Formats: sequence, C-alpha cells, structure tokens
Amino acid sequence: MGNDIVRLGLLDSGADFSIKYLQEIHLFGQTFHLTTTHVGLLIISVVLIVLAIMVNRRISKSKPEDTPGMLVNVFELAVDMIDNMVKGTMGSNARRFRNYISTIFMFALLCNISSLFGLRPPTADYGITFAMGIITFFIIHYNGIKANGVGHFSALCKPVLLTPINIIGEIAVPLSLSLRLFGNVLSGTVMMGLIYGLLAPPITTGIPAVLHIYFDIFSGCIQAYVFCMLSMVYISDKIGTD
Amino acid sequence: MSGQDFISAMSAVGAGLAMIAGIGPGVGQGYAAGQAAAAVGKNPGAKSDITSTMLLGQAVAETTGLYGFAVAIILMFVKPFN
Repeated sequence: MGNDIVRLGLLDSGADFSIKYLQEIHLFGQTFHLTTTHVGLLIISVVLIVLAIMVNRRISKSKPEDTPGMLVNVFELAVDMIDNMVKGTMGSNARRFRNYISTIFMFALLCNISSLFGLRPPTADYGITFAMGIITFFIIHYNGIKANGVGHFSALCKPVLLTPINIIGEIAVPLSLSLRLFGNVLSGTVMMGLIYGLLAPPITTGIPAVLHIYFDIFSGCIQAYVFCMLSMVYISDKIGTD
Repeated sequence: MSGQDFISAMSAVGAGLAMIAGIGPGVGQGYAAGQAAAAVGKNPGAKSDITSTMLLGQAVAETTGLYGFAVAIILMFVKPFN
C-alpha cells in the first residue's frame, strides 16, 4: 500500500520515465531483465557501426582530387573539430587519446540525444555512465603509471598527512564524472516525462519541442563535451603536459 | 496511517528537502555567467573562448545540485526505507 502512494500521482497523470523490463531471461539460475536501456544501447551501437563502415568505404574509395560528398564532408568536419579539441587540451599527447575521446564523445552525444528518436536515453541508466567513468579511471591510472612509474603512487602521499584525502579524491573522479552525466540526462528525462504526463494528447505535438531543444540537444551536447573535456584534463594532469 | 505510509510520506518530504541543494548551483552558475558577461564586455574578441570556458565551469558547478537530485530520485523511486 505504502509504495503505491508515492507513485500514484505520477501513474495517474501518465508521466513515464522509468527503465522498463521488456523480457525476463533465466540463465544459470539467475534472473536477468532485458530493459529499455539494452535496446537503446543496441540501436545506438548499430547506428555508430553502420555509420563508421559507410564513411570508411566512402573515404577509402574517393581520390584526393574529388570533391567530397555530403556524408564525408560532415564527418571530416566532426573529426577535425574533435582533433582540435583534443589537441587544445592535451598538446603533444593528443595522438594517443584521439580515438578514445572521439569514441566516448560520439557515443555520449548519440545516447543523450536519443530521446528525440523515442528511445529512453541509455545514459539515464547509472550502469552505463558508471562503466564509462570506470574506463576513464583505468585509462587515467594506466597512463599515470606508464608515464611516472612508482612516482605515480608516491605522488599520492606528497603531504604525508593528506594521503587518505588524496586517495578518496582519486576514487571520487569516476564517481563524479559518471554522476554528472547521469544526473543531467536523467533530470532531462524526468522533466520531459512530467511535461508529457501533464499535457493532454493534442498539445503534446508542438509545445514540448522547445523544451527538447534545451533538455536533449543543448544539455546533451554540453554534457558529452564536459565528460570528454574532464577526461582529457584528468589524463593530462597525470602524464604531464608539454 | 500505518508505519509504511508514514515512511512513504517522509520519503517524499525528504526528497523535497534534498532539492534545496539546487540553490547552490543556481548561485554558482549565475556568478560564472555574470563574470563571463563582464569578461566579454572587457574583451569582445575572446567571446567564443569565454563562452566555452563558462559552459565547462557551469557544468562542473552543477555537480553538487545533481547529487541532491540523485538523493531525491532515490528517495522517491528506489525507496530504500520501505
């Protein structure tokens, strides 16, 4: 009974922004659920892979003296932009991290704006953003150890008294990175769900579009940019800039 | 009113109180935007640099508000105390 009271108002108004279970899977005595996150993630991965294959075909076929087509042009622009962004933050180390940063950027961007296409954004599931934060965490420390050796660990105890605080600070990096992306996308999803639940069906066709511009496109682009920017800042903080 | 109902009601109150955290990012983002406006006034040529720096800073300043939001969402929908 008690559980229903909190939900009642939202269910009655038709507001809907939670992760839904689509299919139960029984495997090795455990029950797994196939959720809307998995579906969205699968669609986005397929779209990214298909785009990558198409652009790769187009570029490897075209000769330098040809005028590039629409698709190639757009992707050249995007790659150039990301290259400049990485170079501006990481300097001479940019070559090594270009692939990772552009992958994360394109994935996060597509995930954030996927609610425009009727999907529930996969980045509004903490499982996804936490995985991204963990990957960045391991890249930060792998590159720190590679660049500084033992100095990477002794830098944690620089003022000896502050060692625990330094360690907590390192652990907080993936948490804050992932919570920032998750919280922003989830707040957009919740707001849009509430607005769609509030308005009657004929009004929902035009008016929420203005809010989609802010919550999905603006906020999504900014958060994808911030995630990449902070990853780059943390990495170049460990390996040193030159 | 049963104990469960009381816990649900108090969870809703707690979620509302957690969103008071929204004050902090509002002040911080407003301050950053004001400083950026002053900087553009002083040096209009650097407008694009200032804008991107401001947006990055504001997105980072938003984090504490999002922690409050995460607590509110957990209280409302995950219901750890029921």
